[in-house]
Amino acid sequence: MNARLRSTARVLPLVRPRKLAKVPFVELADGRLQGVVSSGSDIERVYVSSIVAGTLTYHCSTNNNRPCGGLRGTPCKHLLSLVDEAVLQYGYERVGRYLGVDLVEVPDAVALSRALSGHEASAAATVFSRFLRHLAYLEVPESRDPLPELHWFPAGGVR
Amino acid sequence: MLATQLAALVDDVPAGVPQALDLVTGFDACLVTGFGRVGDDAAAALTALAAGVAVTPLGDRAAEAAAKLAAGSVSDEQLTVLAAARSALLGAVHDALLDHADSALGRTRAPWPEEAPATPDAPRNLLEGCRSWLRELAITGWRGVDHDLVSSSAQVLEAMWGDPRLRRLAVLIDGLAAELRASAPIATMDDLPERRWADLWARAMLLCEAGGWGGGPVDTVSGRLLLLGVDVHEHATAVQLQVHALLEVRGEAAPRLVRTGPAVAKVDTIVGPAIWPLFDAHPVLLAALTDNRTVEVTDVTLLGSGDLLWADERAALGDPADPFVTARLRLTDAVAPAVPPLDRHPVRLAEPVLVEGYTVDGDALVLDGHRLALDLDRLPALGPLTPALVTGSTACLGLLRWDAGQWALQPLAVHATVKRKPVPVHVGDWASGPTDPRVAKAVKAAGDTVAVLRERAGRLLRR
Repeated sequence: MNARLRSTARVLPLVRPRKLAKVPFVELADGRLQGVVSSGSDIERVYVSSIVAGTLTYHCSTNNNRPCGGLRGTPCKHLLSLVDEAVLQYGYERVGRYLGVDLVEVPDAVALSRALSGHEASAAATVFSRFLRHLAYLEVPESRDPLPELHWFPAGGVR
Repeated sequence: MLATQLAALVDDVPAGVPQALDLVTGFDACLVTGFGRVGDDAAAALTALAAGVAVTPLGDRAAEAAAKLAAGSVSDEQLTVLAAARSALLGAVHDALLDHADSALGRTRAPWPEEAPATPDAPRNLLEGCRSWLRELAITGWRGVDHDLVSSSAQVLEAMWGDPRLRRLAVLIDGLAAELRASAPIATMDDLPERRWADLWARAMLLCEAGGWGGGPVDTVSGRLLLLGVDVHEHATAVQLQVHALLEVRGEAAPRLVRTGPAVAKVDTIVGPAIWPLFDAHPVLLAALTDNRTVEVTDVTLLGSGDLLWADERAALGDPADPFVTARLRLTDAVAPAVPPLDRHPVRLAEPVLVEGYTVDGDALVLDGHRLALDLDRLPALGPLTPALVTGSTACLGLLRWDAGQWALQPLAVHATVKRKPVPVHVGDWASGPTDPRVAKAVKAAGDTVAVLRERAGRLLRR
């Protein structure tokens, strides 16, 4: 059927389920693959990792902007986890396309991790505040009043 | 639904529907390139749209707005008037289709009472902020939307989520912004969802007038709910259960068709059966769906729109009741609710029907030679219904939907054959957890997504 004339045309593929404990937040936004990775040793600490679309430069630091000790000329384990979980969540094709890589030359997550170009510092604060906003959705009080606009957003995903 | 009823439904298109949709399609094409640059085709489409509502109270203002936009002057007022004209045409399409379905099905519908709509007291500054983003979208056109334009909605969006009076707008804008973000840069995108994005834009423009509109007269009722099935609406940050049911009000001979169910905010990583725990605050509703039980409700609010505001504390589980039996015995007598004027859009059409004794051919069911498409894309991942179960079924309880010029049946439950035994399968069967051991195992292995995020939220949000 003609998707152009369909009110309920599906634009976004459904996100795939994945375990959230290690990498609670991943997104393709602001021209970056970015996310938050839980520290393996300190439950109070999280790392903010990001990869810039196009240049494939990367950065990783704590949410308080302390540089990640694992960045020694190569991507740290947090960045590798970020890539792996993004691929689980969105599928490799969507991640690769967003980052602007050639899907033939860089066909999977392993190749993508090798294709990362170099370290370039960026502020963790924006990503971290987006993560906090993301979590804040779970605190929004529920609505008893009907939301008729959601008829444009039918649940799907079985097929 | 009998074969003769299906024939009456699909063999005839209500007069005027294709013509009205052509006018809408013309307007939608204007939003692709934007009102910053109105060419001859766009100017003609705007004039035609205005002419389409010429005999309505919007007529003069729509003609004026079309002329001003064509001349290159864009203001919120003109955009609002044209969004209203577009919505009026789709409202007329909705009414024609609903009348058509009602007469095909022999369904009685309550009239909409003439009364001044209650206007919610929503904060003007946020409505203005939202409208100015919508104006930028309209000027730029979908093709020109980039990451910066999408991101510029973030601040007003966050503020709208914080105000329950703006929930409808917040949910709508979040859904639209997420699609634009994922699609940007749109300049190179194939096959724009023109109707869809124009629908969302126009609805948002109307909501920016007052934040919302009421669901009609407010009534307090008590009685017994007989569930038919549950429809699920979902995008990255919101999910709504919409249970379709018959309400037997004490002292009334015919049951009323109602819709009920809560809506909650969520995040994109909560998907599939992991969604159900978000509704833990409603144990009666979840149990009624899981076990197919009736529900006794006491002093609950019923709106003229047929929306019963779910209140779990005023609900008690009753006897088991098979939704197929409910539909077979009571659905034909039920009185359907009126639709609030501003909600009238074909996307809201969702009429419960029971179809039996059909065969399945591809993605359509065939009853006495008459075909009805099966909307298998609407089977939600949180339930057990699969395309194979539907195409192998002999009875289907579903919602009659209409989109892109075609009627379709959205299955809510089927009688299917599993391991050579006939069994009923309902969308809501897993409301208390998946009963399929394989799915249950997968859900368990993924861990409790909601709990993990709540733990992170609790630890990091209140610093």
